[in-house]
Amino acid sequence: MAFPQPRLAPAELPRHRARSIECGQGAVRAARFNADGNYCVTGGSDKTLKLWNPYKGTLLRSYLGHGYEVLDAAGSFDNSQLCSGSADKTVALWDVATGQAVRKFRGHAGKVNSVQFNEEATVIVSGSIDSSVRCWDCRSRRPEPVQVLDEAKDGVSSVKVSDHEILAGSVDGRVRRYDLRAGELYSDYVGSPVTCVCFTKDGQCVLVASLASPLRLLDKDTGEMLGEYRGHRSSACRLDCVLSERDAHVGCASEDGAVYLWDLVEGSLALRLPVGQGAVQALAFHPRQPVLLAATGGTLQLWDTGDAAGDTTGDAAP
Amino acid sequence: MAASSDEEEDLVSYGRALPALHEGERLKKPVPLQEQTVKDAKGRYQRFHGAFTGGFSAGYFNTVGTKEGWTPSSFISSRQKRADKTVLGPEDFMDEEDLSEFGIAPKDITTTEDFASKSKDRIKEKARQLAGVVAAIPGTTAFDDLIGPSKITIGVELLRKMGWKDGQGIGPRIKRKPRRQKPDPQVKVYGCALPPGLSEGSEDEEDEYQPENVTFAPKDVMPVDLTPKENVHGLGYKGLDPTQALCGVPGREHLNLFPGSSEKTDDLLGDLRHTKGRKLGITGQAFGVGALEEEDDDIYATETLSKYDTILKDEEPGDGLYGWTAPKQYKSKKRFDTEVKYIGKILDGFSLASKASTPNKTYPPPDLPRNYRPVHYFRPVLAAGSENCHLRKTLEESTGKLESDTAQPSRHALNASQRGERLGETVLKGPAPSVLEYLSEKDRERLKEVRKAAEQQMKVKMLPQQSQSSRFQPASAKDAPHKWQMFWAGQLANAGSSDFKPFAKNPEKQKRYESFVQSIKQGQKVDTLEHCLDPNMTEWERGREQEEFFRAAMFYKSSNSVLSSRFTRAKYEDDVDKVEVPRDQENDIDDKESAVKMKMFGKLTRDKFEWHPEKLLCKRFNVPDPYPDSSIVGLPKVKRDKYSVFNFLTLTEPTTSVTQATNEGNQQSNTRDKPKKPSRWDVSDKEKEKKDSISEFISLARSKVDAQQQPPAPKTEECTTEANETPPSETTNEDKDQEEESRPSMDLFKAIFVSSSDEKSSSSEEESDEEPEPTVPATNPETAKQADIPDSSSSNMQANVATTTEPSLPLLPVLKKEPDVGEEFGPRLPPAFSSGTVHQQGPVVPPSFTRPSKKEKHKKNREKHRTKRDHKHKKEKKKKQKKHKTKGKHRNKKSEKESSSDSEDSSDSSSDIDTTGLSPKELLRRLRQLQP
Repeated sequence: MAFPQPRLAPAELPRHRARSIECGQGAVRAARFNADGNYCVTGGSDKTLKLWNPYKGTLLRSYLGHGYEVLDAAGSFDNSQLCSGSADKTVALWDVATGQAVRKFRGHAGKVNSVQFNEEATVIVSGSIDSSVRCWDCRSRRPEPVQVLDEAKDGVSSVKVSDHEILAGSVDGRVRRYDLRAGELYSDYVGSPVTCVCFTKDGQCVLVASLASPLRLLDKDTGEMLGEYRGHRSSACRLDCVLSERDAHVGCASEDGAVYLWDLVEGSLALRLPVGQGAVQALAFHPRQPVLLAATGGTLQLWDTGDAAGDTTGDAAP
Repeated sequence: MAASSDEEEDLVSYGRALPALHEGERLKKPVPLQEQTVKDAKGRYQRFHGAFTGGFSAGYFNTVGTKEGWTPSSFISSRQKRADKTVLGPEDFMDEEDLSEFGIAPKDITTTEDFASKSKDRIKEKARQLAGVVAAIPGTTAFDDLIGPSKITIGVELLRKMGWKDGQGIGPRIKRKPRRQKPDPQVKVYGCALPPGLSEGSEDEEDEYQPENVTFAPKDVMPVDLTPKENVHGLGYKGLDPTQALCGVPGREHLNLFPGSSEKTDDLLGDLRHTKGRKLGITGQAFGVGALEEEDDDIYATETLSKYDTILKDEEPGDGLYGWTAPKQYKSKKRFDTEVKYIGKILDGFSLASKASTPNKTYPPPDLPRNYRPVHYFRPVLAAGSENCHLRKTLEESTGKLESDTAQPSRHALNASQRGERLGETVLKGPAPSVLEYLSEKDRERLKEVRKAAEQQMKVKMLPQQSQSSRFQPASAKDAPHKWQMFWAGQLANAGSSDFKPFAKNPEKQKRYESFVQSIKQGQKVDTLEHCLDPNMTEWERGREQEEFFRAAMFYKSSNSVLSSRFTRAKYEDDVDKVEVPRDQENDIDDKESAVKMKMFGKLTRDKFEWHPEKLLCKRFNVPDPYPDSSIVGLPKVKRDKYSVFNFLTLTEPTTSVTQATNEGNQQSNTRDKPKKPSRWDVSDKEKEKKDSISEFISLARSKVDAQQQPPAPKTEECTTEANETPPSETTNEDKDQEEESRPSMDLFKAIFVSSSDEKSSSSEEESDEEPEPTVPATNPETAKQADIPDSSSSNMQANVATTTEPSLPLLPVLKKEPDVGEEFGPRLPPAFSSGTVHQQGPVVPPSFTRPSKKEKHKKNREKHRTKRDHKHKKEKKKKQKKHKTKGKHRNKKSEKESSSDSEDSSDSSSDIDTTGLSPKELLRRLRQLQP
């Protein structure tokens, strides 16, 4: 029953809207930090994938090639590649520098909701509405996936990958964890369509967001619930949930246009960031700093701790 | 030169010092190239045209012509004068220099053979010849001859007087001729000297016949030519063979370095003798082939190593007189026996076996019988008829085949199985399969079906004609079997052996079939055959089955042997009626549902399966393969009956739905009569309930409140639980269903929609847009269908609301169209609204209203999908256009309508409240709690 880790110092929370960027790509469907948190990619409903420096608000590059809105994106560990999943049923692998699509993986029968690289960016794991998780090999040229995990009974809304695990949250109300090392599949039932799953940083717990139910923190090994976080509104939309950089807080987007942050251990609502009026479409937490990316509508917002804002962004908050 | 005296002594100078230059003398200019000329003896210029092209050119620019041109020999008519046949030798083409003393064909004064001494010392001559062959400058000995003394010495003369003859040894005569003695005994015996080549051959034969009393001269001693080697030529070098070069013997092997074969020496002698009449000419390798030579020598012939001896041979035993220069006879004699056997070159490093290997044993061919005739004739094939049986017998006896297989038919009369039997092949195991058996059960069924249908059709056609026959009794049931029995009973009697089971899958039927066949065998009549059919079946079925049995029996007989050879049994059963099913199923959800409700996560909610990752995936993840030996990928599967009910049950998880349904039913009965459609995404019943009843109104109310107030400020902890349990009415699929079913009375709709009658033009599509909004409980079929589809904007929604009035009336067909609801799966993407609308509406628009803009997009997508599906492209397009139009209108009118919509909303909520039975106060209270 180990909670992730004791809090060493009061973890800071991103309370301050440091920057707001109009992405100009329709609705921002996904916003993801890169591996070191210096850049971010956004997937838009106008079929583009854009790379930003969110601290300066500069657009670095656009990646064109999807046939429909880009629903999720991820960066490789070495920042050399991006992958993205789109509503056009494809998963694309991009070269960051050239902006060209290196590969396109076709095979999903529906919108690709979620994509992830594995640790070495040799495999792209994608979850689709077609209720399958597919593992695409980036190394070889073979067009078909290495493996199809089709245990889900309904669309897969979220996929996460650790060094030896694949975590897939499905609309059938289950969180499935495929443990490659042990060769086992753990299926946890949470009762309502899962919208987002996350590993904690220490890899011991799993954060599960599901429709019309509180955010839940489950112990990875036993499946027991360690925490429950309520207050946000999630009734119909696929909303992201995040863990803060030190696993001290748990965050979730909400349909009421806010981002809710809870204390992980106590389960109390720590902060509510009014991001906008519409639902918060995408949420990402900086891997090492208390910086939060939130996207609503067509804008991308960067939130940080007020004092650190000067350091990171270099200009005043709007 | 300028060094000091001391140094001069030390220095050693080579060559001649250049003459010191005189003062004032000019340096000699080097002679330019064009002036460096060479003249021949007669002062003519010689042109040097390259060392590799022959040095100085001969003739005129290396031609036979002159500066004036080449003059052919003048023509002489053969009438007057015969043209003297001129045989052109090489000399005719030579320059004068070549014929000079130092030329290649020096012309000197020589003694002709006529004038040479007749009686030459043969021994000396021979020795000299040998020496000449070996000598550095070939032909010198020949020249020696020319200038040799013509007189013989006195010693020789004395010897001759004593009876000595040339070629004999000196000494007393010996009785027995030493075998190897070369110098011909025949010379003595016959008194005339044969040419050496001849004598050699004849000698051996005559050996044995020599009489005892004949004595022989002793062996002639050949003086060894002990000429010291004074030159720097290689060992065995010999210059141009004078006999070849000068005597013009063509076709000779061009080089014979070693006189081991000794032909050379013979030739030397012989040539000298018989070149007498010939002109002296020069031929040979060095000169190539002249234009007039008859034979084309291989002018490019090169010396090959095979022409050289590679081993030093032993000296002749017995007489050590001859070295490698020994005459041919010596060697050939000695090697006689071996060389006879082996003709050919012995490979390098090999030597002939001293002992001959034992000869292979050869068996003589069998002695043929006296009366054998080397012609074969084929026996006529005799039919097994009785008349020639004795002939057959004799034939068989003659062929040694006395085994009495006379009873067996001939080879050609056998069929395949009999042949196989004879060949000892194992008979095919099991029942000889029929084609029917190879068909799957399903296919068979289908065949039957088809046939049935065909028959049915036939019947239908025939019915009007022969109405007397009952509809369910096929004609075949009566007459056909009769015919068949007549026809086939004989054959069928031995057919239908017990191992033929055409209906093995259906044991009862098989049993019936067997009894049927049995009865046929016993010769029963068709009518009695009926008893073995299933009495429970209808008449028609029975008839059909009987027919089937007949066919099967016939078929088995006729096709048995043929088909069994064509087909083979499947080694592995591919089960048609089994299906792979995951071994482990996630067990029923209802337990888990309750566990979740009780927040008892853990064992209750967890399923654990064995799962086999792909090997490559493990590799890519740098993880050892957990099941290195397994070939399974994914969840291990088991085979189950395809059509097992449980299969389907497990696959679709029916238990949960059932239970849920029941649960819901109960709960609903408690709260209100609301037939709920169970769905996988159903949230717990309580929540649903709340959602259905309250939350909609709450959201409605909230929207209303929002419209009046500012957008909701974040409210924190107190309301969290509440809010959580009453999620806003963003509708999932179930929600919609529920909404549908919980739809309020028509009056309500009328009340809602009556006011916005102006938008009647908008199509039903429009309505579909709006429906998810909580304000309007989706009722009409379209709305239900598109439940997921989000709205574009609030204004749009309003328009939709307005339009819904018309289509809301036909409520009944809702359920049929429902399947479309599932088009969008799972939680939808959060709605994106265009920034413009957001700004316009600003704080006034409640969140639920702002959402639609994004939903609009969804809807479009879905529209597209649907168009694809339905192939109603045009129609859809039209609809879309309409929609857009209306949307635009709405946007324009948005501001105006805002207020009205609000009012409508309020009315909505109030009416809803009534229906749900919640008191307005209560609702307001809750709303307040919710409102931030």
